[in-house]
Amino acid sequence: MMDWTPIGISMKTASLSILITFFLGLIVAWIIVKIKNDTIKIVLDGIFTLPIVLPPTVVGFFLLYIFGVRGPIGRFLIEYFSVKIAFSWSATVIAAVVMSFPLMYRSARGAYEQVDSNLLDAGRTLGMSEWKIFWKILFANALPGIISGGILAYARGLGEFGATAMLAGNIAGETRTLPMAVYSEVAAGNMMDASNYVIFIVIIAFIAIFIMDYVTIRKEKQWK
Amino acid sequence: MGNKLLKVDIQKKLKEFDLKIDFELKKGCLGILGPSGGGKSMTLKSIAGIVDPDSGVVSLTTDKETIYYDSNKKINLKPQDRKVGYLFQNYALFPNMTVEENVACGLSKDDDKSIVSDMIKRFHLEGLEKRYPRQLSGGQQQRVALARIIAYGPDVILLDEPFSAMDTVLREKLRIELINLLDNFEGLSILVTHDRDEAFQFCDELLVLDKGEIIAKGTTHEIFENPRNVQVAKLTGLKNISKIEMIDDYHLKALDWDVEFEVAKKISPNITHIGIRAHDFHPSRKDDVNVVGTLNASKLERPFEWEITLANGIWWKVDKQIYEHEFDIPNYLKVDPKNIVLLEEN
Repeated sequence: MMDWTPIGISMKTASLSILITFFLGLIVAWIIVKIKNDTIKIVLDGIFTLPIVLPPTVVGFFLLYIFGVRGPIGRFLIEYFSVKIAFSWSATVIAAVVMSFPLMYRSARGAYEQVDSNLLDAGRTLGMSEWKIFWKILFANALPGIISGGILAYARGLGEFGATAMLAGNIAGETRTLPMAVYSEVAAGNMMDASNYVIFIVIIAFIAIFIMDYVTIRKEKQWK
Repeated sequence: MGNKLLKVDIQKKLKEFDLKIDFELKKGCLGILGPSGGGKSMTLKSIAGIVDPDSGVVSLTTDKETIYYDSNKKINLKPQDRKVGYLFQNYALFPNMTVEENVACGLSKDDDKSIVSDMIKRFHLEGLEKRYPRQLSGGQQQRVALARIIAYGPDVILLDEPFSAMDTVLREKLRIELINLLDNFEGLSILVTHDRDEAFQFCDELLVLDKGEIIAKGTTHEIFENPRNVQVAKLTGLKNISKIEMIDDYHLKALDWDVEFEVAKKISPNITHIGIRAHDFHPSRKDDVNVVGTLNASKLERPFEWEITLANGIWWKVDKQIYEHEFDIPNYLKVDPKNIVLLEEN
Protein backbone atom coordinates (compact mmCIF):
# COMPACT_ATOMS: atom_id res chain seq x y z
CA MET A 1 0.00 0.00 0.00
CA MET A 2 1.49 3.28 -1.15
CA ASP A 3 2.13 5.87 1.53
CA TRP A 4 0.87 9.23 0.29
CA THR A 5 1.87 11.21 3.40
CA PRO A 6 5.26 12.37 2.03
CA ILE A 7 3.42 14.30 -0.66
CA GLY A 8 1.21 16.05 1.87
CA ILE A 9 4.13 16.80 4.18
CA SER A 10 6.28 18.16 1.34
CA MET A 11 3.48 20.34 0.01
CA LYS A 12 2.77 21.83 3.43
CA THR A 13 6.45 22.36 4.16
CA ALA A 14 7.25 23.85 0.79
CA SER A 15 4.25 26.20 0.86
CA LEU A 16 4.93 27.60 4.30
CA SER A 17 8.66 27.88 3.75
CA ILE A 18 8.35 29.74 0.43
CA LEU A 19 5.98 32.19 2.06
CA ILE A 20 8.55 32.94 4.75
CA THR A 21 11.58 32.85 2.47
CA PHE A 22 9.99 35.05 -0.18
CA PHE A 23 9.28 38.01 2.08
CA LEU A 24 12.39 37.55 4.19
CA GLY A 25 14.53 37.47 1.05
CA LEU A 26 12.90 40.57 -0.44
CA ILE A 27 13.30 42.60 2.70
CA VAL A 28 16.84 41.49 3.60
CA ALA A 29 18.01 42.12 0.02
CA TRP A 30 16.56 45.64 0.14
CA ILE A 31 18.32 46.35 3.42
CA ILE A 32 21.66 45.08 2.10
CA VAL A 33 21.35 47.09 -1.11
CA LYS A 34 20.88 50.27 0.90
CA ILE A 35 23.93 49.76 3.11
CA LYS A 36 26.67 52.25 2.30
CA ASN A 37 29.55 50.73 4.22
CA ASP A 38 31.23 48.23 1.88
CA THR A 39 32.78 46.10 4.60
CA ILE A 40 29.53 45.55 6.46
CA LYS A 41 27.84 44.81 3.15
CA ILE A 42 30.34 42.10 2.23
CA VAL A 43 30.27 40.47 5.64
CA LEU A 44 26.49 40.31 5.82
CA ASP A 45 26.28 39.10 2.25
CA GLY A 46 28.67 36.29 3.15
CA ILE A 47 26.57 35.22 6.12
CA PHE A 48 23.37 35.19 4.08
CA THR A 49 24.96 33.21 1.27
CA LEU A 50 26.62 30.64 3.51
CA PRO A 51 23.85 27.99 3.58
CA ILE A 52 24.11 27.30 -0.15
CA VAL A 53 27.87 27.09 -0.05
CA LEU A 54 28.13 24.74 2.90
CA PRO A 55 27.16 21.06 2.59
CA PRO A 56 23.52 20.67 3.67
CA THR A 57 24.43 18.26 6.45
CA VAL A 58 26.83 20.84 7.86
CA VAL A 59 24.06 23.42 7.87
CA GLY A 60 21.89 20.80 9.50
CA PHE A 61 24.57 20.32 12.15
CA PHE A 62 24.44 24.03 13.01
CA LEU A 63 20.64 24.03 13.03
CA LEU A 64 20.63 21.10 15.42
CA TYR A 65 23.10 22.92 17.61
CA ILE A 66 20.82 25.96 17.80
CA PHE A 67 17.34 24.42 17.70
CA GLY A 68 18.10 21.09 19.30
CA VAL A 69 16.70 20.17 22.68
CA ARG A 70 19.84 21.42 24.40
CA GLY A 71 20.48 24.36 22.01
CA PRO A 72 19.91 27.99 22.98
CA ILE A 73 16.73 28.56 20.96
CA GLY A 74 15.48 24.98 21.22
CA ARG A 75 15.71 25.03 25.01
CA PHE A 76 14.00 28.43 25.22
CA LEU A 77 11.09 27.26 23.12
CA ILE A 78 10.62 24.10 25.14
CA GLU A 79 10.72 25.91 28.47
CA TYR A 80 8.42 28.81 27.61
CA PHE A 81 6.18 27.50 24.86
CA SER A 82 6.38 23.74 25.30
CA VAL A 83 7.35 23.55 21.66
CA LYS A 84 9.97 21.07 20.56
CA ILE A 85 11.57 21.87 17.22
CA ALA A 86 14.01 19.05 16.62
CA PHE A 87 12.52 15.98 14.97
CA SER A 88 9.13 17.59 14.49
CA TRP A 89 7.38 18.93 11.40
CA SER A 90 8.32 22.54 12.14
CA ALA A 91 11.94 21.48 11.72
CA THR A 92 11.28 20.62 8.07
CA VAL A 93 10.10 24.20 7.56
CA ILE A 94 13.11 25.72 9.32
CA ALA A 95 15.51 23.55 7.33
CA ALA A 96 13.76 24.43 4.05
CA VAL A 97 13.74 28.17 4.86
CA VAL A 98 17.40 28.29 5.84
CA MET A 99 18.52 26.32 2.79
CA SER A 100 16.40 28.23 0.27
CA PHE A 101 16.85 31.71 1.71
CA PRO A 102 20.22 32.41 0.03
CA LEU A 103 18.70 31.75 -3.39
CA MET A 104 15.83 34.15 -2.79
CA TYR A 105 18.13 36.75 -1.25
CA ARG A 106 20.67 36.64 -4.08
CA SER A 107 18.05 36.64 -6.82
CA ALA A 108 16.23 39.56 -5.24
CA ARG A 109 19.44 41.48 -4.69
CA GLY A 110 20.57 40.89 -8.28
CA ALA A 111 17.18 41.97 -9.56
CA TYR A 112 17.24 45.13 -7.43
CA GLU A 113 20.71 46.09 -8.63
CA GLN A 114 19.57 45.87 -12.22
CA VAL A 115 16.94 48.54 -11.65
CA ASP A 116 18.27 51.97 -12.66
CA SER A 117 19.08 53.79 -9.43
CA ASN A 118 17.97 57.04 -11.07
CA LEU A 119 14.42 55.67 -10.86
CA LEU A 120 14.68 55.38 -7.09
CA ASP A 121 16.24 58.83 -6.76
CA ALA A 122 13.55 60.26 -9.03
CA GLY A 123 10.94 58.83 -6.69
CA ARG A 124 12.65 60.45 -3.74
CA THR A 125 12.80 63.87 -5.37
CA LEU A 126 9.07 63.56 -6.10
CA GLY A 127 8.31 63.10 -2.44
CA MET A 128 7.52 59.38 -2.54
CA SER A 129 8.03 57.53 0.76
CA GLU A 130 10.68 54.80 0.95
CA TRP A 131 7.95 52.14 1.19
CA LYS A 132 6.19 53.43 -1.90
CA ILE A 133 9.51 53.53 -3.72
CA PHE A 134 10.23 49.96 -2.68
CA TRP A 135 6.90 48.50 -3.84
CA LYS A 136 5.98 50.67 -6.79
CA ILE A 137 9.37 51.23 -8.33
CA LEU A 138 11.94 48.73 -7.12
CA PHE A 139 9.77 45.65 -6.63
CA ALA A 140 7.60 46.32 -9.68
CA ASN A 141 10.60 46.70 -11.97
CA ALA A 142 12.58 43.86 -10.46
CA LEU A 143 9.65 41.47 -10.73
CA PRO A 144 10.99 39.02 -13.36
CA GLY A 145 14.15 38.41 -11.33
CA ILE A 146 12.19 38.21 -8.11
CA ILE A 147 9.80 35.64 -9.51
CA SER A 148 12.61 33.44 -10.85
CA GLY A 149 14.25 33.72 -7.46
CA GLY A 150 11.03 32.71 -5.79
CA ILE A 151 10.59 29.67 -7.95
CA LEU A 152 14.19 28.57 -7.49
CA ALA A 153 13.80 29.00 -3.75
CA TYR A 154 10.56 27.01 -3.81
CA ALA A 155 12.23 24.18 -5.69
CA ARG A 156 15.17 24.22 -3.32
CA GLY A 157 12.87 24.08 -0.34
CA LEU A 158 10.90 21.23 -1.85
CA GLY A 159 14.06 19.26 -2.58
CA GLU A 160 15.75 19.80 0.77
CA PHE A 161 17.32 16.63 2.18
CA GLY A 162 20.56 16.97 4.12
CA ALA A 163 19.66 19.65 6.64
CA THR A 164 16.14 18.27 6.99
CA ALA A 165 17.51 14.82 7.79
CA MET A 166 19.71 16.32 10.53
CA LEU A 167 17.16 18.56 12.22
CA ALA A 168 13.84 16.88 11.45
CA GLY A 169 14.85 13.30 11.10
CA ASN A 170 13.14 10.87 8.77
CA ILE A 171 10.00 10.06 10.77
CA ALA A 172 7.41 8.44 8.57
CA GLY A 173 4.14 10.33 8.53
CA GLU A 174 5.61 13.31 10.37
CA THR A 175 8.83 14.60 8.90
CA ARG A 176 9.44 12.26 5.93
CA THR A 177 9.33 14.66 3.02
CA LEU A 178 9.36 13.48 -0.61
CA PRO A 179 13.15 13.57 -1.06
CA MET A 180 13.59 11.54 2.09
CA ALA A 181 10.80 9.16 1.13
CA VAL A 182 12.65 8.45 -2.14
CA TYR A 183 15.81 7.72 -0.18
CA SER A 184 14.04 5.47 2.32
CA GLU A 185 12.20 3.45 -0.33
CA VAL A 186 15.34 2.91 -2.36
CA ALA A 187 17.23 1.92 0.80
CA ALA A 188 14.50 -0.59 1.55
CA GLY A 189 14.57 -1.92 -2.01
CA ASN A 190 11.11 -0.59 -3.03
CA MET A 191 12.05 0.89 -6.41
CA MET A 192 8.41 1.04 -7.54
CA ASP A 193 7.26 3.17 -4.64
CA ALA A 194 10.33 5.33 -4.96
CA SER A 195 9.65 5.95 -8.63
CA ASN A 196 6.09 7.12 -7.87
CA TYR A 197 7.50 9.82 -5.64
CA VAL A 198 10.11 10.65 -8.26
CA ILE A 199 7.53 11.12 -11.00
CA PHE A 200 5.58 13.50 -8.79
CA ILE A 201 8.66 15.56 -8.04
CA VAL A 202 9.71 15.71 -11.68
CA ILE A 203 6.25 16.96 -12.72
CA ILE A 204 6.34 19.68 -10.07
CA ALA A 205 9.85 20.65 -11.21
CA PHE A 206 8.78 21.01 -14.84
CA ILE A 207 5.77 23.10 -13.89
CA ALA A 208 8.00 25.35 -11.80
CA ILE A 209 10.50 25.85 -14.64
CA PHE A 210 7.72 26.52 -17.10
CA ILE A 211 6.08 29.16 -14.93
CA MET A 212 9.44 30.79 -14.24
CA ASP A 213 10.43 31.09 -17.90
CA TYR A 214 6.97 32.16 -19.01
CA VAL A 215 6.64 34.94 -16.47
CA THR A 216 10.21 36.14 -16.98
CA ILE A 217 9.96 36.35 -20.74
CA ARG A 218 6.55 38.01 -20.72
CA LYS A 219 7.51 40.65 -18.19
CA GLU A 220 10.78 41.44 -19.97
CA LYS A 221 8.96 41.90 -23.27
CA GLN A 222 6.40 44.17 -21.72
CA TRP A 223 8.79 46.73 -20.37
CA LYS A 224 11.77 46.71 -22.75
CA MET B 1 4.57 84.06 -4.39
CA GLY B 2 7.34 86.37 -3.27
CA ASN B 3 11.05 86.13 -3.56
CA LYS B 4 13.03 82.97 -3.34
CA LEU B 5 16.65 82.54 -2.40
CA LEU B 6 18.74 79.42 -2.72
CA LYS B 7 22.02 79.38 -0.83
CA VAL B 8 24.56 76.69 -1.53
CA ASP B 9 27.96 76.38 0.15
CA ILE B 10 29.24 72.82 0.10
CA GLN B 11 32.43 70.83 0.11
CA LYS B 12 32.91 67.22 -0.87
CA LYS B 13 35.98 65.09 -1.39
CA LEU B 14 35.74 63.26 -4.72
CA LYS B 15 38.05 60.73 -6.31
CA GLU B 16 40.08 63.06 -8.47
CA PHE B 17 39.61 66.46 -6.84
CA ASP B 18 37.79 68.27 -4.07
CA LEU B 19 34.45 69.88 -4.81
CA LYS B 20 34.07 73.34 -3.35
CA ILE B 21 31.00 75.33 -4.42
CA ASP B 22 29.59 78.54 -3.06
CA PHE B 23 26.78 80.55 -4.67
CA GLU B 24 23.39 82.18 -4.24
CA LEU B 25 20.48 82.15 -6.66
CA LYS B 26 17.75 84.76 -6.42
CA LYS B 27 15.81 84.42 -9.63
CA GLY B 28 15.67 82.82 -13.04
CA CYS B 29 17.93 80.14 -14.36
CA LEU B 30 21.50 79.63 -13.27
CA GLY B 31 23.77 77.70 -15.56
CA ILE B 32 26.63 75.56 -14.40
CA LEU B 33 29.02 75.11 -17.31
CA GLY B 34 32.00 72.85 -17.24
CA PRO B 35 33.71 69.84 -18.77
CA SER B 36 32.37 66.37 -18.05
CA GLY B 37 33.26 65.01 -14.68
CA GLY B 38 33.90 68.40 -13.16
CA GLY B 39 31.53 67.97 -10.26
CA LYS B 40 28.41 69.47 -11.83
CA SER B 41 26.06 66.53 -11.27
CA MET B 42 27.39 66.02 -7.78
CA THR B 43 26.46 69.62 -6.98
CA LEU B 44 22.89 69.12 -8.19
CA LYS B 45 22.54 65.86 -6.31
CA SER B 46 23.74 67.53 -3.12
CA ILE B 47 21.12 70.25 -3.49
CA ALA B 48 18.40 67.66 -4.08
CA GLY B 49 19.59 65.58 -1.17
CA ILE B 50 20.18 62.36 -3.07
CA VAL B 51 23.87 62.64 -2.24
CA ASP B 52 25.41 64.05 0.94
CA PRO B 53 28.28 66.53 0.82
CA ASP B 54 31.05 66.27 3.43
CA SER B 55 30.29 69.67 4.90
CA GLY B 56 28.50 72.92 4.25
CA VAL B 57 25.08 74.48 4.10
CA VAL B 58 22.18 74.32 1.64
CA SER B 59 19.11 76.42 2.32
CA LEU B 60 16.05 77.66 0.51
CA THR B 61 14.15 80.77 1.56
CA THR B 62 10.59 81.28 0.39
CA ASP B 63 8.67 83.14 3.10
CA LYS B 64 11.10 81.83 5.69
CA GLU B 65 14.42 80.11 5.50
CA THR B 66 14.36 76.33 5.40
CA ILE B 67 17.70 74.67 6.04
CA TYR B 68 18.04 71.63 3.82
CA TYR B 69 21.52 70.72 4.93
CA ASP B 70 23.86 72.02 7.59
CA SER B 71 26.80 69.89 8.59
CA ASN B 72 27.47 71.88 11.76
CA LYS B 73 23.90 71.75 13.05
CA LYS B 74 23.62 68.15 11.84
CA ILE B 75 20.61 68.93 9.68
CA ASN B 76 20.10 66.83 6.57
CA LEU B 77 16.60 66.77 5.14
CA LYS B 78 15.66 63.77 3.04
CA PRO B 79 14.96 64.50 -0.61
CA GLN B 80 11.29 63.83 0.12
CA ASP B 81 11.24 66.80 2.48
CA ARG B 82 12.88 69.21 0.06
CA LYS B 83 10.87 71.02 -2.56
CA VAL B 84 13.47 70.35 -5.22
CA GLY B 85 12.58 68.76 -8.56
CA TYR B 86 15.25 66.91 -10.51
CA LEU B 87 15.23 66.22 -14.24
CA PHE B 88 17.57 63.30 -14.90
CA GLN B 89 19.46 63.00 -18.13
CA ASN B 90 17.52 59.89 -19.12
CA TYR B 91 14.29 61.31 -17.60
CA ALA B 92 13.91 58.34 -15.19
CA LEU B 93 10.28 57.73 -16.15
CA PHE B 94 8.92 54.67 -14.34
CA PRO B 95 8.63 51.99 -17.05
CA ASN B 96 5.98 50.05 -15.16
CA MET B 97 3.56 52.98 -14.98
CA THR B 98 1.46 54.79 -17.57
CA VAL B 99 1.92 58.46 -18.39
CA GLU B 100 -0.93 59.36 -16.05
CA GLU B 101 0.46 57.26 -13.24
CA ASN B 102 3.93 58.75 -13.71
CA VAL B 103 2.59 62.29 -13.54
CA ALA B 104 0.53 61.42 -10.47
CA CYS B 105 3.59 60.21 -8.56
CA GLY B 106 4.47 63.70 -7.44
CA LEU B 107 1.10 64.21 -5.76
CA SER B 108 0.61 63.68 -2.05
CA LYS B 109 -2.56 62.27 -0.55
CA ASP B 110 -4.05 65.71 0.07
CA ASP B 111 -3.39 67.04 -3.41
CA ASP B 112 -6.21 67.62 -5.83
CA LYS B 113 -6.32 64.80 -8.37
CA SER B 114 -7.30 67.24 -11.09
CA ILE B 115 -3.69 68.44 -11.10
CA VAL B 116 -2.88 65.42 -13.23
CA SER B 117 -5.34 66.38 -15.97
CA ASP B 118 -4.13 69.99 -15.77
CA MET B 119 -0.59 68.82 -16.36
CA ILE B 120 -1.66 66.56 -19.22
CA LYS B 121 -3.25 69.54 -20.94
CA ARG B 122 -0.45 71.94 -20.16
CA PHE B 123 2.22 69.66 -21.55
CA HIS B 124 0.21 68.55 -24.59
CA LEU B 125 -0.02 64.93 -23.53
CA GLU B 126 -3.71 64.43 -24.37
CA GLY B 127 -4.34 60.98 -25.79
CA LEU B 128 -1.16 59.57 -24.26
CA GLU B 129 -2.45 59.11 -20.71
CA LYS B 130 -2.58 55.32 -20.85
CA ARG B 131 0.64 54.81 -22.78
CA TYR B 132 3.84 53.46 -21.27
CA PRO B 133 7.14 55.36 -21.49
CA ARG B 134 8.61 52.93 -24.00
CA GLN B 135 5.76 53.80 -26.36
CA LEU B 136 6.58 57.50 -26.35
CA SER B 137 8.90 59.58 -28.52
CA GLY B 138 11.85 61.43 -26.98
CA GLY B 139 9.97 64.70 -26.94
CA GLN B 140 6.92 63.15 -25.32
CA GLN B 141 9.09 61.53 -22.69
CA GLN B 142 10.64 64.86 -21.78
CA ARG B 143 7.21 66.44 -21.47
CA VAL B 144 6.03 63.64 -19.17
CA ALA B 145 9.15 63.99 -17.03
CA LEU B 146 8.59 67.74 -16.72
CA ALA B 147 4.86 67.36 -16.07
CA ARG B 148 5.68 64.93 -13.30
CA ILE B 149 8.09 67.40 -11.70
CA ILE B 150 5.77 70.42 -12.03
CA ALA B 151 2.89 68.41 -10.57
CA TYR B 152 5.02 68.01 -7.45
CA GLY B 153 5.13 71.80 -7.14
CA PRO B 154 8.81 72.33 -6.44
CA ASP B 155 10.43 75.66 -5.57
CA VAL B 156 13.60 74.74 -7.44
CA ILE B 157 14.09 72.62 -10.56
CA LEU B 158 17.45 71.04 -11.29
CA LEU B 159 18.21 69.98 -14.85
CA ASP B 160 21.07 67.56 -15.32
CA GLU B 161 22.44 67.85 -18.87
CA PRO B 162 18.98 67.39 -20.35
CA PHE B 163 20.08 67.27 -23.97
CA SER B 164 23.36 65.43 -23.85
CA ALA B 165 22.20 62.10 -25.16
CA MET B 166 20.22 63.39 -28.11
CA ASP B 167 20.57 63.96 -31.82
CA THR B 168 20.71 67.55 -33.07
CA VAL B 169 17.21 67.76 -34.52
CA LEU B 170 15.47 66.55 -31.38
CA ARG B 171 17.73 68.70 -29.27
CA GLU B 172 16.73 71.90 -31.08
CA LYS B 173 13.04 71.11 -30.73
CA LEU B 174 13.18 70.20 -27.07
CA ARG B 175 15.32 73.19 -26.19
CA ILE B 176 12.59 75.53 -27.34
CA GLU B 177 9.99 73.65 -25.30
CA LEU B 178 12.15 73.73 -22.22
CA ILE B 179 12.88 77.44 -22.58
CA ASN B 180 9.16 78.11 -22.71
CA LEU B 181 8.61 76.06 -19.61
CA LEU B 182 11.35 77.80 -17.66
CA ASP B 183 10.09 81.22 -18.69
CA ASN B 184 6.73 80.38 -17.16
CA PHE B 185 8.15 78.73 -14.09
CA GLU B 186 7.94 80.89 -11.00
CA GLY B 187 10.63 79.15 -9.03
CA LEU B 188 14.38 78.94 -9.40
CA SER B 189 16.16 76.62 -11.79
CA ILE B 190 19.66 75.38 -12.33
CA LEU B 191 20.82 73.88 -15.62
CA VAL B 192 23.98 71.86 -15.75
CA THR B 193 25.70 71.40 -19.10
CA HIS B 194 29.01 71.04 -20.89
CA ASP B 195 27.52 72.66 -24.01
CA ARG B 196 28.22 76.37 -24.22
CA ASP B 197 25.35 77.04 -26.62
CA GLU B 198 22.92 75.63 -24.11
CA ALA B 199 24.41 77.68 -21.30
CA PHE B 200 24.19 80.79 -23.43
CA GLN B 201 20.62 80.12 -24.52
CA PHE B 202 19.07 79.22 -21.19
CA CYS B 203 20.90 80.99 -18.46
CA ASP B 204 20.97 84.58 -17.34
CA GLU B 205 23.74 83.84 -14.91
CA LEU B 206 26.54 81.37 -15.10
CA LEU B 207 28.96 79.46 -12.93
CA VAL B 208 31.91 77.90 -14.66
CA LEU B 209 33.03 74.79 -12.84
CA ASP B 210 36.27 72.96 -13.45
CA LYS B 211 37.80 70.25 -11.28
CA GLY B 212 35.39 71.02 -8.51
CA GLU B 213 36.09 74.73 -8.31
CA ILE B 214 34.21 77.77 -9.53
CA ILE B 215 36.53 79.52 -11.95
CA ALA B 216 34.05 82.15 -13.12
CA LYS B 217 30.80 83.59 -11.77
CA GLY B 218 28.64 86.29 -13.31
CA THR B 219 26.11 87.06 -16.01
CA THR B 220 26.33 84.92 -19.10
CA HIS B 221 27.12 87.85 -21.35
CA GLU B 222 29.87 89.07 -19.07
CA ILE B 223 31.55 85.68 -18.98
CA PHE B 224 31.38 85.07 -22.70
CA GLU B 225 32.55 88.54 -23.63
CA ASN B 226 35.27 88.76 -21.06
CA PRO B 227 36.44 85.33 -19.91
CA ARG B 228 39.56 86.53 -18.04
CA ASN B 229 40.84 82.99 -17.44
CA VAL B 230 42.29 80.49 -19.92
CA GLN B 231 40.08 77.57 -18.90
CA VAL B 232 36.94 79.71 -18.96
CA ALA B 233 37.92 81.05 -22.35
CA LYS B 234 38.23 77.52 -23.71
CA LEU B 235 34.84 76.55 -22.33
CA THR B 236 33.20 79.55 -23.94
CA GLY B 237 34.50 78.43 -27.30
CA LEU B 238 37.61 80.56 -27.68
CA LYS B 239 39.86 78.43 -29.85
CA ASN B 240 42.87 80.63 -30.47
CA ILE B 241 44.79 80.81 -27.24
CA SER B 242 48.52 81.44 -26.93
CA LYS B 243 51.10 81.98 -24.22
CA ILE B 244 52.54 85.45 -24.36
CA GLU B 245 55.60 87.46 -23.54
CA MET B 246 55.08 91.09 -22.67
CA ILE B 247 56.93 93.68 -24.76
CA ASP B 248 55.49 96.84 -23.23
CA ASP B 249 52.19 98.01 -21.71
CA TYR B 250 50.26 97.59 -24.96
CA HIS B 251 52.37 95.20 -26.97
CA LEU B 252 53.06 91.53 -26.58
CA LYS B 253 54.34 88.52 -28.49
CA ALA B 254 52.20 85.45 -28.91
CA LEU B 255 54.74 82.67 -28.36
CA ASP B 256 52.71 79.78 -29.77
CA TRP B 257 52.21 81.61 -33.11
CA ASP B 258 55.36 83.74 -33.22
CA VAL B 259 53.38 86.92 -33.91
CA GLU B 260 53.48 90.31 -32.21
CA PHE B 261 50.24 92.05 -31.32
CA GLU B 262 49.06 95.43 -30.14
CA VAL B 263 46.27 95.30 -27.57
CA ALA B 264 43.67 97.82 -26.45
CA LYS B 265 43.82 97.27 -22.68
CA LYS B 266 46.91 97.78 -20.57
CA ILE B 267 48.68 94.48 -19.95
CA SER B 268 48.86 93.78 -16.22
CA PRO B 269 51.57 91.51 -14.77
CA ASN B 270 49.24 88.56 -14.15
CA ILE B 271 48.40 88.20 -17.83
CA THR B 272 49.95 85.02 -19.22
CA HIS B 273 47.93 84.30 -22.39
CA ILE B 274 45.79 85.91 -25.04
CA GLY B 275 42.72 84.65 -26.84
CA ILE B 276 41.34 85.65 -30.23
CA ARG B 277 37.98 84.43 -31.48
CA ALA B 278 38.14 82.69 -34.83
CA HIS B 279 35.62 85.11 -36.33
CA ASP B 280 37.59 88.19 -35.33
CA PHE B 281 40.19 88.05 -38.11
CA HIS B 282 39.63 90.03 -41.32
CA PRO B 283 41.43 90.27 -44.63
CA SER B 284 44.00 93.08 -44.64
CA ARG B 285 46.94 94.69 -46.37
CA LYS B 286 50.48 93.74 -45.53
CA ASP B 287 51.13 96.91 -43.57
CA ASP B 288 48.43 97.19 -40.94
CA VAL B 289 48.15 96.69 -37.20
CA ASN B 290 48.21 93.09 -35.95
CA VAL B 291 48.82 91.45 -39.31
CA VAL B 292 49.25 87.71 -39.72
CA GLY B 293 50.51 86.01 -42.89
CA THR B 294 48.54 83.10 -44.36
CA LEU B 295 51.21 81.21 -46.25
CA ASN B 296 50.59 77.45 -46.28
CA ALA B 297 47.14 77.77 -44.77
CA SER B 298 44.62 74.95 -45.31
CA LYS B 299 40.90 75.38 -45.70
CA LEU B 300 37.99 73.15 -44.81
CA GLU B 301 34.50 73.66 -46.21
CA ARG B 302 31.61 73.44 -43.79
CA PRO B 303 27.94 73.91 -44.80
CA PHE B 304 27.75 77.52 -43.54
CA GLU B 305 31.31 78.53 -42.92
CA TRP B 306 34.86 78.17 -44.10
CA GLU B 307 37.33 76.96 -41.56
CA ILE B 308 40.88 78.04 -42.28
CA THR B 309 43.86 76.81 -40.30
CA LEU B 310 47.04 78.86 -40.59
CA ALA B 311 50.47 77.31 -40.53
CA ASN B 312 51.14 78.67 -37.06
CA GLY B 313 47.98 77.03 -35.71
CA ILE B 314 45.57 79.99 -35.75
CA TRP B 315 41.94 79.20 -36.68
CA TRP B 316 39.93 81.57 -38.81
CA LYS B 317 36.23 81.18 -39.58
CA VAL B 318 34.30 82.97 -42.32
CA ASP B 319 30.56 82.70 -42.86
CA LYS B 320 29.40 81.47 -46.24
CA GLN B 321 26.32 80.43 -48.13
CA ILE B 322 25.62 76.74 -48.62
CA TYR B 323 26.13 76.99 -52.40
CA GLU B 324 29.48 78.77 -52.25
CA HIS B 325 32.31 76.34 -52.86
CA GLU B 326 35.20 78.52 -53.86
CA PHE B 327 37.24 80.65 -51.54
CA ASP B 328 40.54 82.43 -52.04
CA ILE B 329 42.44 82.84 -48.81
CA PRO B 330 43.70 86.43 -48.58
CA ASN B 331 47.47 86.78 -48.07
CA TYR B 332 47.14 88.73 -44.89
CA LEU B 333 44.72 88.86 -42.00
CA LYS B 334 44.45 91.36 -39.20
CA VAL B 335 42.67 91.56 -35.86
CA ASP B 336 41.46 94.66 -34.06
CA PRO B 337 43.40 95.30 -30.81
CA LYS B 338 40.04 95.50 -29.01
CA ASN B 339 39.29 91.87 -29.95
CA ILE B 340 42.39 90.46 -28.30
CA VAL B 341 41.29 88.99 -24.99
CA LEU B 342 43.84 89.15 -22.17
CA LEU B 343 43.83 86.00 -20.07
CA GLU B 344 45.48 84.62 -17.02
CA GLU B 345 46.07 81.00 -16.20
CA ASN B 346 44.85 79.60 -12.91
